[in-house]
Amino acid sequence: MTQLLLNIDPVLIDWSRAQFALTAMFHWIFVPITLGILFIIAIMETVYVKTGNPEWKRITKFWMKLFAINFAIGVATGIILEFEFGTNWSNYSWFVGDIFGAPLAIEGIMAFFMETIFIAVMFFGWNKVSKKFHLTATWLTALGANLSALWILVANAWMQYPAGMQFNPDTARNEMVDFWEVLFSPVAVNKFLHTVTSGYTLAALFVIGVSSYFLLRKRETLLAKRSIVIASVFGFISVMALIFTGHGSAVQVAEHQPMKLAAMEGLYEGGQEAELIGFAILNPNKEVDNDEKPYLFKVGFKGVLSFLIDFDTKTYVPGIADLVYGDEQNQILPTEERMRKGKIAMNALIAYKEFKEQGNEEEAKLQYDILMDNYKHFGYSYVKDPRDIVPHVPTVFYSFHIMVIFGTMFVLVFLIFAWLTITNKIENFKFAKLLYIIGLACIPMAFIASEAGWVVAEVGRQPWVVQDLMTVDAGVTNISSGAVQTTFWIFAFIFTGLLIAEVSIMLKFIKDGPAKPENEGGK
Amino acid sequence: MITAEITHLFFQQYWWLLVSLLGALLAFLLFVQGGQTLIYTIGKTETERKMIVNTLGRKWEFTFTTLVTFGGALFAAFPLFYATSFGGAYWLWIVLLLAFTLQAVSYEFRSKAANVFGKKFYEILLFINGLVGTVIIGTVVGTFFNGADFSLNMLNNVTWHNETRGLETLLNWHSVSLGLSVFFLARILGALYFILTIQNENIFRRSKKQILINLIPFLICFLSFLTYLMIKEGFAVDANGTIFMEKYKYLHNLLDMPIVLASLLIGIIGVLWGVLKTLFGKNNYEKGFWFVAPGTVLTVFSLFAIAGLNNTSFYPSIADLQSSLTIQNSSSSLFTLKIMSYVSLFIPVMLALAIISWRAINKHKITEDEMNEKNGKSY
Ligand code: HDD
Ligand code: HEM
Ligand code: HEM
Repeated sequence: MTQLLLNIDPVLIDWSRAQFALTAMFHWIFVPITLGILFIIAIMETVYVKTGNPEWKRITKFWMKLFAINFAIGVATGIILEFEFGTNWSNYSWFVGDIFGAPLAIEGIMAFFMETIFIAVMFFGWNKVSKKFHLTATWLTALGANLSALWILVANAWMQYPAGMQFNPDTARNEMVDFWEVLFSPVAVNKFLHTVTSGYTLAALFVIGVSSYFLLRKRETLLAKRSIVIASVFGFISVMALIFTGHGSAVQVAEHQPMKLAAMEGLYEGGQEAELIGFAILNPNKEVDNDEKPYLFKVGFKGVLSFLIDFDTKTYVPGIADLVYGDEQNQILPTEERMRKGKIAMNALIAYKEFKEQGNEEEAKLQYDILMDNYKHFGYSYVKDPRDIVPHVPTVFYSFHIMVIFGTMFVLVFLIFAWLTITNKIENFKFAKLLYIIGLACIPMAFIASEAGWVVAEVGRQPWVVQDLMTVDAGVTNISSGAVQTTFWIFAFIFTGLLIAEVSIMLKFIKDGPAKPENEGGK
Repeated sequence: MITAEITHLFFQQYWWLLVSLLGALLAFLLFVQGGQTLIYTIGKTETERKMIVNTLGRKWEFTFTTLVTFGGALFAAFPLFYATSFGGAYWLWIVLLLAFTLQAVSYEFRSKAANVFGKKFYEILLFINGLVGTVIIGTVVGTFFNGADFSLNMLNNVTWHNETRGLETLLNWHSVSLGLSVFFLARILGALYFILTIQNENIFRRSKKQILINLIPFLICFLSFLTYLMIKEGFAVDANGTIFMEKYKYLHNLLDMPIVLASLLIGIIGVLWGVLKTLFGKNNYEKGFWFVAPGTVLTVFSLFAIAGLNNTSFYPSIADLQSSLTIQNSSSSLFTLKIMSYVSLFIPVMLALAIISWRAINKHKITEDEMNEKNGKSY
């Protein structure tokens, strides 16, 4: 009999995960700037076309050149991710390829091409096409980038909440049965909106930060102030939407990935009137199977977590222990039980295949029904110990809280900058210098919040690669861990080199400032 | 049931044709890579090199995106190929990936102040991309005819049967001869593209010389590839999905599909015509690119067609013949292929937009004056 549960080397899984985390998080340094700054540039160019004022053209071009530096490296790292699903997660790629591949292909055909086509006009078309055509190209580039985000996030959302599909035992994979359910799954919608608005927020803070540098140096003050006006208004709207959709994401997590939610809040014992943690220090000795208290220190709000989920402080929220050991009262199956059902499903699949091969349709049908009845536990057949379904709580917890705390702060930052620049008081402001430094400091903070968000989303779903259906060990490519370790270090080495070059080029470019107005000639 | 199978087959063939089209477009767009290997051979002064890099730099993204889309379309339409080949031939793909990753930053960073590693470094990366990128892509397509070293289990999980994970293919002369053909053809296309888009006497003269120099190895590699392909055994599949070896399989495929045969012949003629007219035509003929490019598309398209259509296994296994992939056993479900087919209607729209953008940017030739302008974007 074929060995279906391959004995996967745990070291291989660790290196494969590390490699994916490395490449994804590196890619994500450049993506959010692209998503947001393109809209900011498009707004600036629109003002230029409307007013004909050459200063606005100079401003537009300055940010566009910064964007170009960022863009190249975003593209360079994206291709690695795309192929990495195949190279490092090949079993996963087959198991879900029927659903997962489609958004990726659509992304290529519609979004990347759109981006590529119009970016050429945007960069090289200044004196070759009409102003209107050029402006249209800029807007369409922005649209293309955001469309590409849509499709990749639909794919990612599907892993968190597999919708619109059915398992087919003949091909041993999940097959799509409803495209709209995949596209408009509430998880996908929230994830898309939250992620793109996080990009807008980050890009706005980037523009504000760079402009603050000019103001601090008392150079290019007109460019800086005008840029801040646009970025802070854009950023304020974005961050409000960001918080709103972040809340929406949390509600989805509560519904579809209760373990992730429990980890985000460090909630071990669930119940009604669950507490929302503002901030806390976790007890490092706490495990799901001991009686240590979960927090060393906390600021919490009783009932607020329950309330946020569906406006009722009485809502029951399961804790980590409830999910591992079960809670009969609230109809939560113990993980042991789900593991048993998962094994039933797996055995039924194997028996089904054997009966099929023998041509025994009747028995095969019986096994098929058993499989389908238990399919929602299928992935638990790979779980070896109930405690394995708990993700790394401190990582998820702290990442989540950093993201939320920073997000709340950014609201204030945008408001202050918007107010002071719109009323043109910023240069006379008493604490101007401090404000500029805060503006600069917001750049790294935005990156931290943004990466932290992905850590919440991806580490929080461990050990699943597809929620409840496939664990990461089952999805990995069967290859020697040495090979993956080697590629990990090659990537790490190359990324470090690229990042150094990129940051150095950007800093130099910012230091030199935009082209002098005389050279521009207002063409 | 029968009709469902027939419709499914229809969509599988449709998607194989689309994948072939993307592969063919990619082969033509590799002129960027070919050109990158000629920067120093053809550009002898700083300004000449700048013109060369800039004419290529305005197009590299098209090639790159086509490669990405080619990969995405394979994933979506034939996920088992994606899982099997990428996960199996790990090192082959990783090398290819690295070559393209490093290219993507090189144009933007090359001439920027404070780029840390210096201009020359990025030029070397461009050269590596031009060499490795073309040879490996061609060699991978060669495995469509020569097979790869994998087997699949009941859950379709892949096992690769040697530790070099794909690099062993580089020892298969037949596959490599295709890789080298792609490389030399890309260089010819690159040189033709310089002639088409750069206004400069020296570049014109040297490009012409390079076309001649690369034509000879191209013809040797390509003709030996094609000849052996016509006489070798091929991987055929019968009505039950059983794979078997068939003598002269690829020749049969050409004869069974006369349109493909015609496309191959017209393609080859197009390539030769464009090259010869540039080399020996009157009045400094500059538009050879527009014969060689479509010629390349047609030729490569035909190769893909005979690899996958007409009951052929397009990704044969030499370790376990029955694990071989065909467009039928490796494709997505009928439902997914249908959904994707709606999306494919965007392809002509995108092509049309790409042509508009291409023409807007290429309206005038690149000149030295333009390169010396301060406020334009240049690499
Ligand atoms: C929310 C947005 C987002 C997310 C989560 C990802 N990407 Fe990305 N990607 C983009 C948003 C984006 C972008 C904004 O569209 C980029 C960034 C820089 C750029 O030029 O385009 C891009 C570039 C980019 C490219 C190069 C495209 C080209 O040829 O122009 C590829 C192949 C990928 N990505 C693939 C991936 C994969 C496989 C991901 C999954 C792990 C992924 N991206 C995550
Ligand atoms: C660019 C944004 C993304 C970031 C920053 C990100 C982050 C991460 C991180 C940190 C991990 C490692 C988790 C761990 O091993 O503990 C991971 C794993 C993974 N992510 Fe994401 N992710 C991103 C987008 C995506 C998308 C869009 C998809 C799917 C379409 C995806 C699919 C995966 C897969 C398959 C793994 C490997 C399996 C695993 O270790 O969980 N990721 N990602
Ligand atoms: C202040 C309120 C915020 C709340 C309530 C919030 C909530 C959330 C939640 C619950 C998730 C996990 C979603 C999942 O696992 O599917 C998440 C993910 C994420 N967050 Fe936030 N967030 C906030 C602010 C921010 C900020 C300020 C940024 C960055 C600038 C950010 C960027 C991200 C990113 C990139 C992800 C991963 C993508 C995703 O899963 O949507 N968030 N956020």
